Amino acid sequence: MSERPSQHEGTQSVVRTVVLHAPVERVWRALTDHREFGAWFKARIDQPFEVGRTQTGGMLEPGFEYYLWSSTVVTMDAPHRFAFRWPHPRDPHARSYEGEPTTLVTFELEPVPEGTRLTITESGFEAIDEERRAASMRENAQGWEIQAQRIAAHLGA
Amino acid sequence: MTTFAALGDPTRLSLVRRLGRGSRLNVSQLTSGMGVSRQAVTKHLAVLHEAGIVSRTEAGRQTVYELRGEQLAEASEFLARISAGWDRALERLRAHAEEG
Repeated sequence: MSERPSQHEGTQSVVRTVVLHAPVERVWRALTDHREFGAWFKARIDQPFEVGRTQTGGMLEPGFEYYLWSSTVVTMDAPHRFAFRWPHPRDPHARSYEGEPTTLVTFELEPVPEGTRLTITESGFEAIDEERRAASMRENAQGWEIQAQRIAAHLGA
Repeated sequence: MTTFAALGDPTRLSLVRRLGRGSRLNVSQLTSGMGVSRQAVTKHLAVLHEAGIVSRTEAGRQTVYELRGEQLAEASEFLARISAGWDRALERLRAHAEEG
């Protein structure tokens, strides 16, 4: 897939591309309906995604319920592009992540014969300083390990 | 300056690539074919040095630059973890979207 650097930030980013066997409209809904997003992401998101609006809520990972959901929608260009900013807090136990550094998460959808090619780009990691990055790494390491176990269970492994 | 910020510039990223694979290079070698002035390269090297990404040693009248692995390893491990997190979230999205 071609790079569109002007819509992402900086040069430090994470890019993931998958082909989903579902039509673009279906994937668009799974991403932009806040309840559907919450269902697969395992988060409670209290407000609908709307450009310029901030959503609040919380993660539903057992053991990680203290982790807040926070996002601010930047782009909703149906059914092709959805983007929000979210914080990488230094202290996930804080009751507000306001003022914490954020990255930009962009979902790009493209119809292909098999269904939908989805590219997720998380960019702007330059904003996160070393101390926060180290803390964020520890949190993520634990969090994703638990998520991996849940997926395995979900898949009937 | 953070590792990511230090790397968030195309010239600095090129310098890091040139210093990859254990090369020890001086400013002239690093400037050659870079398309920017020697002063600019010197400035970028100072940023990389401040962020702990390169080390410099005096070799006679030359200053030789070398890559320090640890900072980059930490930065790339962080991004690898974020990537792994998205991979897992995507698998759940796949199950969710493909089921109906």
